[in-house]
Amino acid sequence: MNPEPVKHKFLTPGVFILIVLALNGLVFLAIRFIWGLGAVTNLDNYTPWGLWIGVDVGAGVALAAGGFTSAALGHIIHREHYHAIVRPALLTAMLGYTFVAFAVMVDIGRFYYIWHPLIMWNGNSALFEVGICVMIYLTVLYIEFLPIVCERFMGRVNLPGFLKAFNKPVDKLLTVLNSALGKTMFIFIIAGVVLSTLHQSSLGTLMVIAGQKMHPLWQTPVLPLLFLLSAIAVGFPMIIFESLIAARSFKMKPEMHILSKLGGMVAPILGVYFAFKIGDLFISEDFKYLMKFDTNAFMYFGECVLTLTAFFMFLSRRVLNSPLLLFIASTLVIAGVLLNRINNFIVAYNPFFDPNTYFPSFGEISVTVGCIAMLVLAYRFIVLNFPVISQEKS
Amino acid sequence: MKNLDRRSFLKVAAAGVSASTLGASQVKGAEIKLDENRIGVLVDTAVCVGCRLCEWACRTAHHLPTDALETYADDSVFKEFRRPDKTALTVVNEFENEKNPLLPIHVKTQCMHCEKPACVSACIVGALTKNQDGSVVWDGDKCIGCRYCMVACQFQIPTYDYDVSIDPQIRKCDFCEDRRKEGLLPACVNICPNEALIFGKRCDVLKIAKERIKRKPEVYVNHIYGENEIGGTSWMYIASKDFDKLKMATLGSSPAPGISEAIQHGIFAYFVPPVTLYTLLGTFMWVLKRRKEKSPEEIGDTKKEVIEEKKDEKGEEL
Repeated sequence: MNPEPVKHKFLTPGVFILIVLALNGLVFLAIRFIWGLGAVTNLDNYTPWGLWIGVDVGAGVALAAGGFTSAALGHIIHREHYHAIVRPALLTAMLGYTFVAFAVMVDIGRFYYIWHPLIMWNGNSALFEVGICVMIYLTVLYIEFLPIVCERFMGRVNLPGFLKAFNKPVDKLLTVLNSALGKTMFIFIIAGVVLSTLHQSSLGTLMVIAGQKMHPLWQTPVLPLLFLLSAIAVGFPMIIFESLIAARSFKMKPEMHILSKLGGMVAPILGVYFAFKIGDLFISEDFKYLMKFDTNAFMYFGECVLTLTAFFMFLSRRVLNSPLLLFIASTLVIAGVLLNRINNFIVAYNPFFDPNTYFPSFGEISVTVGCIAMLVLAYRFIVLNFPVISQEKS
Repeated sequence: MKNLDRRSFLKVAAAGVSASTLGASQVKGAEIKLDENRIGVLVDTAVCVGCRLCEWACRTAHHLPTDALETYADDSVFKEFRRPDKTALTVVNEFENEKNPLLPIHVKTQCMHCEKPACVSACIVGALTKNQDGSVVWDGDKCIGCRYCMVACQFQIPTYDYDVSIDPQIRKCDFCEDRRKEGLLPACVNICPNEALIFGKRCDVLKIAKERIKRKPEVYVNHIYGENEIGGTSWMYIASKDFDKLKMATLGSSPAPGISEAIQHGIFAYFVPPVTLYTLLGTFMWVLKRRKEKSPEEIGDTKKEVIEEKKDEKGEEL
């Protein structure tokens, strides 16, 4: 059951749709970089952050949490049973964080200064902490992925033309790199987990400084804890979600013996997250805002319904053993966390005296959808060419 | 990873920990010591007549495009509520005066130059600075345009150039830093014909505000906006009407960056929590690995897979 490149063709009708979506996003990206943020987005001086920060960055980081939760499970707690999911989760995290970094670059006005936080530090800023941690973690993820690249090319280096002479040295280099990485990998794995807990929580700290501009249903000093818990909670469902989609797309047997066990761990984590969320609501006595039955209350209810339904589904043995039900339950968790990030960054942000409520423009949505499409295409390309997915021999 | 012995594990782990503690002393929230004589401005909205000369003077002083001075007499602009934007660092709005309908209330808006500014705390690269003299200024050479200052500012003051892709500016009142260096008054204060803007030491200006309210309690509400709002501001307002009816946000007295910085410094207290977590996880990983290597059959549910995997893999699986 070693990971191998999946044998399947790249182009399918679904892939074609993804390519169209990606191209559509690229068109709006070009407009953004030529004429500025105002040409594509509905952002203004009241609402400086919108869909790109809320979904691409906020939700993107959370949904890539499968990388560090599975690394902790597979390598730190040492459950070899789960090793088959570590690589796909690592790939998702790597692509997810690349997508986040790209989204940041698209959203910040002076994108050519994106490297400034490396040398200009402000330790008071939650954003600085998120930025630095994400940069380091992205590097760590690339390092963690390197052995997969080494493995793919070791003994198979075949450079074209006059570069042929370098075949042997490159091969040697890969072998040395692979063994060096093998010996030191645990440093990066632990670092990855630490960095993740740091920036997942700091992402929650981000909106605390917005103070009263943030609706009381979401504004709370424990926001960092809620962000961390929800990120941990969404990690495994995200892995299950992907694994089941990949199995379907590549016509493979779903790895139910792993996924069911993984699913078994979701309910307790989700329960802890939900308990903190509701506990905070009652301690701060903000539940009175739920009685208003306005958009905010409705969105908050939405989060709770999604999370609770998923929680009860994950408690049931029947759900854990059925690919379809497991898929639905995982989707609900993902939707719940996605909605939570949208709420925190967009819905809850109510600027004083704002004459118009922000809603993302067609261009903003196109860019977000386009980037997700590119991410899925990259995932597909990599699993078809690199040893990521372990298949059971049938 | 499997063929690693205990000593080299510890060695590499120690290197990792010490590497991550590097720079711990560098990341610290630098407390700015504010000057006792720091500056302030009192805006007496009961005196302001809404001539908007301050808007013209501000644009001129900051080299922003402006219409001819005569056009500023046109008061039709008061029909809609305006905010500072990329063309104006300050704007004046008009509000109804129930006590005396013939004398509407005019409120000038600009950066408040907070005592404890949220924008300075929030800025990812420290492009915003709180000076000792009380002013808050922006440095375009550092700014990356992330607009977190706009999210953080409780007065919603910083504005952004949404229409350009290269060199977009964050704009806000800079307390006429350049003019004051030459010994001049801020442009708006300098031009104000009615002395509705009173510039001076913050403490003196505050005293004047208190005296005015005491002298004419029938005119002013007993509230100096900016005295305590989110920890106090350099610009302060007195008015004949409650401030929330003048579209000025009702804010508490605790400094805006307070909770955020407390959390931030809690998580990062001299890097102790992250390093502790790193060490704990490392120890945990090492103990579990050793236990498993010694006796795989003791570890409950996964023993079968462990043995199987050990058989068919050749050393490395990450």
